[in-house]
Amino acid sequence: MEGLLPKLPVANWIDVFVDWLTVTFAVVFDGITVALESIVNGLYSVLSVVPSFLFMIVLALIAWKLASRGIGLFTLIGLFFIDNIGYWDGMLQTLSLVLTAVIITILIGLPLGIWASQKSTVRHVITPILDFMQTMPAFVYLIPAIFFFSIGVVPGVVASVIFAVPPTIRLTILGIKQVPTDIIEATEAFGSTSKQRLLKVQLPLAMPTIMAGINQSIMLSLSMVVIASMVGAPGLGADVYRAVTQIQIGRGFEAGLAIVVMAIILDRITQNIGTKKQKN
Amino acid sequence: MNERNKKISVQNVTKIFGKNAKKAAQLLKEGKDKNEILKQTGATIGVNQANFDVYEGEIFVIMGLSGSGKSTLVRTLNRLIDPTSGVVSIDGKDITKMSKDELRETRRKKISMVFQKFALLPHRTILENTEYGLEIQGMEKETRKNKALESLRLVGLEGYENQYPDQLSGGMQQRVGLARALANDTDVLLMDEAFSALDPLIRKDMQDELLELQSSMSKTIVFITHDLDEALRIGDRIALMKDGSIVQIGTPEEILMNPSNQYVERFVEDVDLSKVLTAKHVMKRAETVQIDKGPRVALQLMRKLGISSIYAVDKKKTLLGAITAADAKNAAENGKTLQDILDTHIQMVDEETLLTDLFDQVSTASIPVAVVDANKRLLGILVRGAVIGALAGNNEAINDFENEVFTSKLLAKEVLN
Repeated sequence: MEGLLPKLPVANWIDVFVDWLTVTFAVVFDGITVALESIVNGLYSVLSVVPSFLFMIVLALIAWKLASRGIGLFTLIGLFFIDNIGYWDGMLQTLSLVLTAVIITILIGLPLGIWASQKSTVRHVITPILDFMQTMPAFVYLIPAIFFFSIGVVPGVVASVIFAVPPTIRLTILGIKQVPTDIIEATEAFGSTSKQRLLKVQLPLAMPTIMAGINQSIMLSLSMVVIASMVGAPGLGADVYRAVTQIQIGRGFEAGLAIVVMAIILDRITQNIGTKKQKN
Repeated sequence: MNERNKKISVQNVTKIFGKNAKKAAQLLKEGKDKNEILKQTGATIGVNQANFDVYEGEIFVIMGLSGSGKSTLVRTLNRLIDPTSGVVSIDGKDITKMSKDELRETRRKKISMVFQKFALLPHRTILENTEYGLEIQGMEKETRKNKALESLRLVGLEGYENQYPDQLSGGMQQRVGLARALANDTDVLLMDEAFSALDPLIRKDMQDELLELQSSMSKTIVFITHDLDEALRIGDRIALMKDGSIVQIGTPEEILMNPSNQYVERFVEDVDLSKVLTAKHVMKRAETVQIDKGPRVALQLMRKLGISSIYAVDKKKTLLGAITAADAKNAAENGKTLQDILDTHIQMVDEETLLTDLFDQVSTASIPVAVVDANKRLLGILVRGAVIGALAGNNEAINDFENEVFTSKLLAKEVLN
């Protein structure tokens, strides 16, 4: 086989392409870097102004209201635990990163998902790209991300978005597609415009599924925090990374537990946003 | 019925599903049937050259088994499905040629629809569901609320405005579906198997209510069903569909009495004739003797006809009683009159009594049961053999009343109620 066809210089092509991108879109990338950095830093400075006990109580109340009393209690104890073992600041940094990534994920994912649900050609183009984004190992696009956005929190956010956006898009498409055909027929039969159909029927009915997608995106971006720390993103991920490289098993677990507690709190709260509304 | 306005006119409407629509259409013109075309081209014939008119204010039923194309056909009327070819006119305007905006306007103002599985919006209250058609037209909030409340009142759902669809039973949900369609105040109402998902008792109630509403609103209704009883009950005219084609169009009694082909016949076969036919349909001519005649005359009549009893009537043919041969012989020997030996304890039934309510009387009566009209005038008698013959579907046992009272709706409306 080897003799028949010369090896395709794929690596070479990609190098050239990335170089070209770095140079050509330098201004764009710089703009994105500045914007993302200020969002993350802004979020962080707002969050860090709030006294930790107040933050705990407010979040616990939110969890109680949206989920259950048990989750509220867990939130309170969990956050107290994180503060107690000394990872409060790290948690706020991670939270800022994750929130930024999730906001961008929603801003990109929701419109794309809606568009793809209305047009099958868009869907056909998007699906393989999503597959690519979800299966390509994150380390691979972490390196070009450094080229584009330099070291720090921004390539971490970008990598998180790339990894986390597919579920939002996929479940938005699914949720809209899952609206029963007879309901769609009924809205058509009464003379709805496609905008009315989308806003009054499809989106409200798809909301629980879309929320499930956003919930998945949050979980995925949380799972990226350690990887993001390798390109210089601060936070709990960096603590884990440092502990691992210095073989400090205990400290590694501490930081890891803090991530787990955060994940559970964020998951339970967001899981119930969509479903709770439907029941009332 | 005098001059009627055509509300909907369907001409040569064909719907072919699949890729090779052109070739399939060609084959269809050559008279090939559905299965053959599917084999040759892979295209499915949904509707095959349907032609019919629906007149203003009538309930036009399209009936057929599942897969017969009835749901596809009704969807071509408001273009939820675009016909492959043919013309569908509503008030003389061809809906197949309308632009998107015109079509939307027609759907908003002229045609509304009720769906088999209700198709309510689960995230909206009953009131908001009913308002939907008006809301998307941009109607002002208070006005549309009043209209919606009014149509909810019409279907008997006052007080449920603030509930959600899943809090209501199937029958009530479909009332909401109906109210939503009525709120738009369109001339035409399409009902796609609207009552099929409901259980039989509720279905019957809904049919009654629809007929009642229709008597005050006079909408033009196209009603799809797979249930012949339902079709007979509510239809002014019925179109029967098979394999995408309309095989017969007629009033309920035309379809029952003169099925145009074997397919329709097989359909009609399943109807419980005992719930369709009345005493009038199966009675035989009654032999009578006038009460003022002598017993010998009566005896002579019975002997000649070979019967053992005869009904006595007055000059106006009012039924007075029965006379048996034995009593008549006795009377003749002892010089009594017919009046003296008259047996007045006889069984009488009204001419409109259903066969199903006659079985008991007919089977136990010692002499044939008399059929009378409202003034007790004797119309005929029920002979067991003829009753059974009629039930067996023997047309000779069924009287032909085409030129009499037996005009429209008799079977569909009165009889089945």
